[in-house]
Amino acid sequence: MNTAITTPPAAPTASRVTRLREQLALRADSLPTLAALLIFALMLLYGEFSYGRIFQLSTLSNLLINNAHLVIIAVGLTFVIISGGIDLSVGAIIALSSVSGVMLANAGWNAGLVMLVMVLIGSGIGLASGILVQYFDVQPFIATLAMMFLGRGLASMLSTVPVRLDESSGILALGTKIKIIDGPKVNDLVITPGVLIAVAVVIIAFVILHRTRTGRTVYAIGGSEQSAALMGLSVARTKLFIYLASGTLAGIAAVVYTARLGSAQNITGIGWELDAIAAAVIGGTLLTGGFGYVLGSVVGALVLGLMNVLITRDGGIPPEATTIITGAILLVFVLLQRAVISRQRE
Amino acid sequence: MSTHSTHRPSALRELIRRPYFWGVIAIALLLLINSIKDPGYLAVSYNSASGNLVGNLIDILRAAAPIAMISVGMCLVIATAGIDLSVGSVMAVAGAVAMEFLASAGGSPTAALGALGLALLLGAALGAVNAVLVSVVGLQPFISTLVLMLAGRGLAKVITGGQNTAASNDTFRWLANGYVFGIPVVFLLAVAIVILVGLLVRRSALGLMIEAIGMDPRAARLAGVNRRGLLFAVYIASGTLAAVAGVFASASVMTVDVSNTGYQLEMDAILAVVIGGTSLAGGKFNITGAAIGALLIATLDKTVVFLGISSSATPAFKAIVIIALCLLQSERIRAMFRARRSRPSDISSDTPKEAVAA
Repeated sequence: MNTAITTPPAAPTASRVTRLREQLALRADSLPTLAALLIFALMLLYGEFSYGRIFQLSTLSNLLINNAHLVIIAVGLTFVIISGGIDLSVGAIIALSSVSGVMLANAGWNAGLVMLVMVLIGSGIGLASGILVQYFDVQPFIATLAMMFLGRGLASMLSTVPVRLDESSGILALGTKIKIIDGPKVNDLVITPGVLIAVAVVIIAFVILHRTRTGRTVYAIGGSEQSAALMGLSVARTKLFIYLASGTLAGIAAVVYTARLGSAQNITGIGWELDAIAAAVIGGTLLTGGFGYVLGSVVGALVLGLMNVLITRDGGIPPEATTIITGAILLVFVLLQRAVISRQRE
Repeated sequence: MSTHSTHRPSALRELIRRPYFWGVIAIALLLLINSIKDPGYLAVSYNSASGNLVGNLIDILRAAAPIAMISVGMCLVIATAGIDLSVGSVMAVAGAVAMEFLASAGGSPTAALGALGLALLLGAALGAVNAVLVSVVGLQPFISTLVLMLAGRGLAKVITGGQNTAASNDTFRWLANGYVFGIPVVFLLAVAIVILVGLLVRRSALGLMIEAIGMDPRAARLAGVNRRGLLFAVYIASGTLAAVAGVFASASVMTVDVSNTGYQLEMDAILAVVIGGTSLAGGKFNITGAAIGALLIATLDKTVVFLGISSSATPAFKAIVIIALCLLQSERIRAMFRARRSRPSDISSDTPKEAVAA
């Protein structure tokens, strides 16, 4: 900033060079996202050639339907991670929210009201984390780790066995499959209202993060919280909003997931925080904050979803190894990011 | 921390200032509640047939042992301004590998030794993985260890093939369930570990250097502290101690439960460390405090069960306790307390502020 002020009459050639460099830097920044897209395409091709039946409307619609919840929480974590924080509580929020939602619905509550309560449970926990982080200087991972245990503990208090939603419950309407294209045999393009919710979440999040003042403040906080505050940005309000949004999105994900599955359990969502973090990181979001895309995280979530499909199709890899593979992918991408950043600095 | 506290007139006040003082009070309070419900709760009887001490207190000591072991490791890691979220999963991995080894190697004492050695080696290796990610790659500690926390349980499942492996080995069982002089072996071992590590870091410059890293890594580097080496040491120590705890946790029932052994124990360890007066921001630690914190958590666990509350509720309780502790450590709450304390006497409030700033 100082140099910009002290050297206003910069030579046009120099400015062109810096602009070119900036553009190149931008490319380098988006490299991980491009890499994720490439990996997604390669995985699709590999799957098609080794196992077949990947480039099919039914497979692709299942990919969307089965990962709608992951897309939603990955979008929430994108906000948090860009701001330089983390939210480890999303999996536990989903467990608490879906178990209590199913129990309330079975107790005869109105479906719409239940879904509202489920989302609000997420908002409440998210807001609590945000208050702890912003006003009491608790490190984000400690605050959200505490919320993770709180959520899981409360869910376990409610029930330690799977609870099933009544067949007649209105929540299941969100999981009904709607045929868009009626293909031959079972090869249809199918979506659920849950997928539509996920798409809406992605669009809204995209607009907020990339087109509004709040979104720019999120990036500014991730770049340097102190500078953001000195620039007069509303750091406190934005940070509260970030954690509130992440919690709320986890609540929405719980609704979508419960609607698809029709049941809930206190151990639902163990390890999903890793999936969501991995999705964001694969999509090019920097774990140290300050950089990332909403759409990148969507690609990241789909990469993870496709990986699960391929593992199931392969049959040779034990399903227990899935978390190991996810962890390894996360590490590889973090290393890739570090390599890109260190090259940029040189 | 200051050894000359007894020379001052306010020895009691000095004692209250000790970070783990409130932990001791809390233990006493919990025990009091229990003995109100059942006056015979504190009784420790002597079983003349086996020569062992029997009683609820002994049970608490036994339960506290694995928590104390991982807390000591966690304490050192937190002192470097890091965190080790993988301890619970490392416990599961160590238990899994030990049980798998015993299931095939049989019941001889050498097999027990081999299983223990293998488990410790694996724990150290996993700790080293964390250390590489934190010190060489430069990843945030909680991300590196979070990966292992979630992937570690997968690893344990792969080791046992998804099953809960059971094995029989008398030496191994004795380690977890046996007694020496009427006191559980595990507890004696935990005490030995606490004392050993405590002496190692406090009687040498090691502890100071670890704290230096936690306070300001740059300043520590300029002062010639070998950051990378020390980080390796603390993460490997944490992994190894978690492996020891995992071996004992699985040896007490001679089965490893891949999804439950050590589950959520990282929270217990963090809680024990924070109760013991170690700041999560790093830069100072208190091993004795962590051990007392572990004792408090074991007491809390037993109390919850004893009072007839569902044990699945304990994580929620612990989460509330840790949130409360974080709030107490936060600057805002402290400032509130300071304001209340200094207002009536109107002593210049600059001194405490300076102390905090420093």
